[in-house]
Amino acid sequence: MKVSKNWLNEYLTLDIEPKVIAEKIARTAVEIDSVKRPSEGLKKIVVGYVDSLVPHPDSDHLSVCQVDVGEEELIQIVCGAPNIAAGQKVIVALPNSRIADNVKIKRGKMRGQASEGMICALQEIGFSESVVPKEFVEGIYVMPEDAVPGEPVFDYLGMNDDIIDIDVTPNRADMLSMRGVAHELSADYDVPATFKHPDLKETSDEKIEDYISLALPDKTLAPTYSMRVIKDLTVKASPMWLQIRLWNAGVRPINNVVDVTNYMLMDYGQPLHAFDYNKLGSKDILVRTANAGEKITTLDTEERELKDSDIVITNGDKAIAIAGTMGGESTQITNETVTVALESAVFNNSMVRKTARSQGIHSEASMRFERGINVATVQESLDAAAELIAELGDGTVVTGTASASRLEAESTFVDTTTTHLNNVMGTELSETQITKLFQQLGFTVTTRGSVLNVEVPARRWDISIEADLVEEIARIYGYDNIPSTLPTGEMTPGKYTYKQKLIRQARHILESAGLSEAISYGLTTEEKAGKFIFEEKDVYTTNLMFPMSSERTTVRMNLISGLLDDLSYNEARKSDNIAFYEQGRVFFRSEGEDRPVEIEHIAGAMTGLFKLANWQSDKQPVDFFMIKGVVEQLLTQLQLTDDVTYVASESHEDMHPGRTADVYLKDELIGFVGQVHPNAAKEFNLKETYVFELDLQKLVDAKKEERLFEPISKFPAVTRDVALMVANESANSDIETLIKNQGGKHLIDIHLFDLYQGSHIESGMKSLAYTLTYQDTAKTLVEEDVTKDFNRVIEALKETFKADIR
Amino acid sequence: MDLKEKLLELQEKGLKQIRESEDLKQINDIRVNLLGKKGPITEVLRGMKDLSAEERPKIGSFSNAIKNELAEAIRLKNEELEIKKTAKKLEKEKIDVTLPGAQIQLGQPHVIAQVIEELEDLFLGMGYQVVSGPEIEEDHYNFEMLNLPADHPARDMQDTFYITKELLMRTQTSPVQARTMETHDFSKGPLKMVSPGKVYRRDTDDATHSHQFHQFEGLVIDKHVTMADLKGTIELIAKTVFGEEQEIRLRPSYFPFTEPSVEVDVTCFKCHGKGCSICKYTGWLEVLGAGMVHPNVLRMAGVDPEVYGGFAFGLGPDRFAMLKYSIDDIRNFYLNDNRFLSQFTKRG
Ligand SMILES: [Zn+2]
Repeated sequence: MKVSKNWLNEYLTLDIEPKVIAEKIARTAVEIDSVKRPSEGLKKIVVGYVDSLVPHPDSDHLSVCQVDVGEEELIQIVCGAPNIAAGQKVIVALPNSRIADNVKIKRGKMRGQASEGMICALQEIGFSESVVPKEFVEGIYVMPEDAVPGEPVFDYLGMNDDIIDIDVTPNRADMLSMRGVAHELSADYDVPATFKHPDLKETSDEKIEDYISLALPDKTLAPTYSMRVIKDLTVKASPMWLQIRLWNAGVRPINNVVDVTNYMLMDYGQPLHAFDYNKLGSKDILVRTANAGEKITTLDTEERELKDSDIVITNGDKAIAIAGTMGGESTQITNETVTVALESAVFNNSMVRKTARSQGIHSEASMRFERGINVATVQESLDAAAELIAELGDGTVVTGTASASRLEAESTFVDTTTTHLNNVMGTELSETQITKLFQQLGFTVTTRGSVLNVEVPARRWDISIEADLVEEIARIYGYDNIPSTLPTGEMTPGKYTYKQKLIRQARHILESAGLSEAISYGLTTEEKAGKFIFEEKDVYTTNLMFPMSSERTTVRMNLISGLLDDLSYNEARKSDNIAFYEQGRVFFRSEGEDRPVEIEHIAGAMTGLFKLANWQSDKQPVDFFMIKGVVEQLLTQLQLTDDVTYVASESHEDMHPGRTADVYLKDELIGFVGQVHPNAAKEFNLKETYVFELDLQKLVDAKKEERLFEPISKFPAVTRDVALMVANESANSDIETLIKNQGGKHLIDIHLFDLYQGSHIESGMKSLAYTLTYQDTAKTLVEEDVTKDFNRVIEALKETFKADIR
Repeated sequence: MDLKEKLLELQEKGLKQIRESEDLKQINDIRVNLLGKKGPITEVLRGMKDLSAEERPKIGSFSNAIKNELAEAIRLKNEELEIKKTAKKLEKEKIDVTLPGAQIQLGQPHVIAQVIEELEDLFLGMGYQVVSGPEIEEDHYNFEMLNLPADHPARDMQDTFYITKELLMRTQTSPVQARTMETHDFSKGPLKMVSPGKVYRRDTDDATHSHQFHQFEGLVIDKHVTMADLKGTIELIAKTVFGEEQEIRLRPSYFPFTEPSVEVDVTCFKCHGKGCSICKYTGWLEVLGAGMVHPNVLRMAGVDPEVYGGFAFGLGPDRFAMLKYSIDDIRNFYLNDNRFLSQFTKRG
């Protein structure tokens, strides 16, 4: 809402800098968008009188004008506007002047003709096109006849005003009017505000009943619905003062009738609508809900189909306006209009809201009806408008107001106490101070013992409960004056839950392992959502009803595809060596359910080199065993009681069938690790890429080892090495399991220290070498203790794996 | 030559040899040679048997003194040579210490996670619990329980991704407040919680809008919680994240779930309040919304507003990070460009 300082001056005296007023409003009421003086930054722009003009000899659209700018001699200006004419007063930007957007105007020549400046359109001196009167949009602006050549144009056009643009929050709809803003500033600065009230002369001998009969079968549609009639009018342009008021408020002047309704809209916050009475086609006005499919052509010339939840004003038969949002074209005010039916009403706010939404009409009127109307001024604004329309159009107001419903303005009474206000604010204000603050707001306080009974006038319909009073007192007292403390009261422990701790720990482990955290989008495509899933039961995607883009339609069911998107983004920017992890939710929906379950997962993705070659060591490309090492380290650190096993898996569609392992905790599948299938990698424009994803919830739920100190053996350990050749298919895990099972009670560690597959051994075979470590906590092991156990292992290996022991 | 002279000669010769020796082996040879059982001193002392009983002890102690002196000289020389040897070895081991160190690959948390962790740590220290809630929320919790019934005008302020008529991607972390209030046992003490998490809005992504971002929600409900407590708590947040010298100001605002509602600005940390392009020449930066919990919200969660009250605040870790590090495009957070992420090393 654009608040003009000049307009405000009519209601209260504030001899304060506009910027300071704006700051006060920001700190006590609503946000400020901007504070501007329209003439600021402009200079040497004066009134000119077009003495004569001739067509430009070398152009078919330019005119060469001789213009009186208050100097001894006329100056010549070339002008391209189609509406330029001799005898007009115009806006002239003199040589070396500055117009809108900091543009400097210089003396020059246009197609060979000297031009001593520029004749301006309003847009060229900073007006928004949306407020320029229609007839001047395509050309220059024609100034009032009494404008004196050579004088600056700013005062004529109301540009030396200060405009404070306030951003009104939905709860402060009372500030969507000049009078509301004046009330607010009166409270903020504790200065009185005075308002004029209409002095309506109903001079006509005719009565409203002779003109209009209103019907409103369902009063919930419009708790107040009234009309007046003004007759014998001349519709014409409004006087300058009114046009200035409107354009400084951001509204385009149209004619003296429509302008008055818009003026009252801004002044009182009351939307009014003017119908051309003679085009109503009936004396009977019926307000009802629309019939589904009913049509109306609105003021913007659009034909609209209505819903049965829309309120319409009808002539008993056809809709002539959509209530509270937009009038109909058929009854609009034109230059031929002589009689006006003027409507002032309060419409059902939620219905107006629905209509505004479904019709896509968010007008100044609909916004106010949605947020509420000052019931106290519905009639007053109607009277004021009728009075002004009659005055400006030389018409008369028909006696009486027709009303189909009428809501009485009532004060709201809210109780509070000084103690409560202080308790909530954390202040120690006295009752006197508080009563004073209420008085500033224009609220009357009656004291009953410790209770303050506060009478809130109808113009502050946002206030209904004690908490609202707290806000009023707090903001007028000033938030800056409220002290700063911390909550006292009973102590509470502040600590992470076990799950939160485990998640934080898992993240830190991965960071220590060299993976950086990524946060990807939770919404993805249905296809990507469905990849890399390792749930054992069937799960379904969860889709948005109205996605914004085809890239974000579905809630993710895995973290890997998001990470691959990230890797792909980096790859495209020549960043080839990436190690990322992500911790976040995935969403699995079961068949027949609407709501998916949300499960915490953790995943990683690595591609390129893990370490670059440097002067000291070779480069280290990412491979399966590196990412597996990360997973192993993560799971080891979590101290799980049950064994973790890695089982080769060919079942993941988008994973390399020979380089993927499912990760089991005892018998439960908790995730997988491996290389992304080259075809899938290609879809993401990626090279060799390795990933893992684990179900963190399963790790949270998993049994953990009791952390007990294990005594360190005082006796030396004995090691034995064994090298064996086995078939390629023999899995290391099976060999290690066998060694472990056959190793005897002293075997404490099995370490694979060599693996060879290649030309030096028989094809289809591989050579593995292990160090077996034996130790006893109670004695030094002797040769025989170990040899027996070791030999048993050797025999078992020969038998089970047909191993050739070296 | 008497024994004494012989010994003196041996002493002089021995000391000279010791002085001139150049390595540890040589000095060892000298030691064995001079002081050994077959050495010249022992040889000379054999002549003691010819001495008188009176002279014998004198020569004995004289020779012992010489032996000790030689032994000490050898020890010192030995030490000196050891030092030289070590020095020589170290000299050979000299490296260019300006060569880069071994690569220790460390990852770092995402910059938004860092902001969240910093705030969590602050609030854990003040006895708050960290609570998380579902990202797919019921309309009931996301709106209605927060005093936003179906036709409330403020619903226009939030554009929502719906999954069904009743289910949606949560547009704020505030539903966690409602859920926690509903289940909190106030007989066991006040409710003090924070809740960080992802939220979603039906927005087109650009430099300042993202359909996904984060919020960090805080709530305190007790018998006597004041706006002053809210102000003090927010001041702590500002000072923790943006620096100790930060001032804050509260401005009236509107949120359906709080009354009074305030918007909080902090002193622009780039210009310290003088005005600059970051703060649009106001000297202030808007960083969070807060207020005293609306009695309707308490009532709907089954908390008696006549007895309990409190404050709530909500802030955007994305916005915090953007302000703190002068990041000009919110999409940076979710595209995960390594060149972006790696700038925010943990304690950088
Ligand atoms: Zn600044």
